[in-house]
Amino acid sequence: MMRYLLWLILTLSMALAQSAGAAIETYPFDTPEQERLYHQLIRELRCMVCQNQNLADSNARLARDLRRQIHALVIRGYDRDAVVNYMVQRYGEFVRYRPAFNAHTALLWLGPLLLLLIAGLTVWRVQRQARETASDD
Amino acid sequence: MKRWLPLILIGLLTLLLVVGLSRDPRAVPSPLIGQPAPALPQRTLADEPFQPPHVHGQAWILNVWASWCAACREEHPHLMRLRQRLSLPLIGLAWRDERAAATAWLARHGNPYGTVLVDESGVHGIDWGVYGVPETFIIGADGRILHKFTGPVTEATLIERLRQLELIP
Repeated sequence: MMRYLLWLILTLSMALAQSAGAAIETYPFDTPEQERLYHQLIRELRCMVCQNQNLADSNARLARDLRRQIHALVIRGYDRDAVVNYMVQRYGEFVRYRPAFNAHTALLWLGPLLLLLIAGLTVWRVQRQARETASDD
Repeated sequence: MKRWLPLILIGLLTLLLVVGLSRDPRAVPSPLIGQPAPALPQRTLADEPFQPPHVHGQAWILNVWASWCAACREEHPHLMRLRQRLSLPLIGLAWRDERAAATAWLARHGNPYGTVLVDESGVHGIDWGVYGVPETFIIGADGRILHKFTGPVTEATLIERLRQLELIP
């Protein structure tokens, strides 16, 4: 029991440390909503230099610049969509860490579901076949 | 036929993965193609006023570089040769760079540019969607971006692309 609890604490603290990210600068915000939006955005947008990191986790100079820019936009009153559009206009769809759902990305989003469906169907057919052979005997 | 089906499926999957591996994940298509060229600094490194050449109906090339960028050093001889061959203006934008460092770099290695601009804070770079130097843009006479190269460009590839775009004979 004690051991289980220790594991739980360790896992939780690691998860928390992860979400704290590497964004070292602190920016002043007018409202808590703005601050929340800023943190949501830097988690949602990709660092184009180190492509498998979001802006919150990246220490690249460009990521720092973009965080500063996003802060400026949020302060100016841009909402989530406006900031994301600003970035997509300049860096393309790829800048979204969570890609939008459209004809281009349909396979990306639905692919896993499709594979699961195929796997399920195969299992079902194999089982049915096995049952039929068994009843034939 | 049925026996071969799994093998065919695995074969197809392998093919898909091999194609995936051979593609360059860093080659990200720019959304700026066909869009009007974003703004640039209004004064040059030499502190003269600057207007982009398309204002006078002239196509041009923008090369984004930096004195701290190693790959720019590799690209530099190509730009030096291009300068002699090219009738289009070649404009350099020193991205996230300091004026003194940019000036020293050009004095040391040679200046391939007709005009040099400096983007000290990197804010113009963001407007141009710059994420790794060197990057090279071809801008048409109407002020729209026609092409973007990410990474070092060679004399041959740039000339070839300009020919395709019918900007040079």
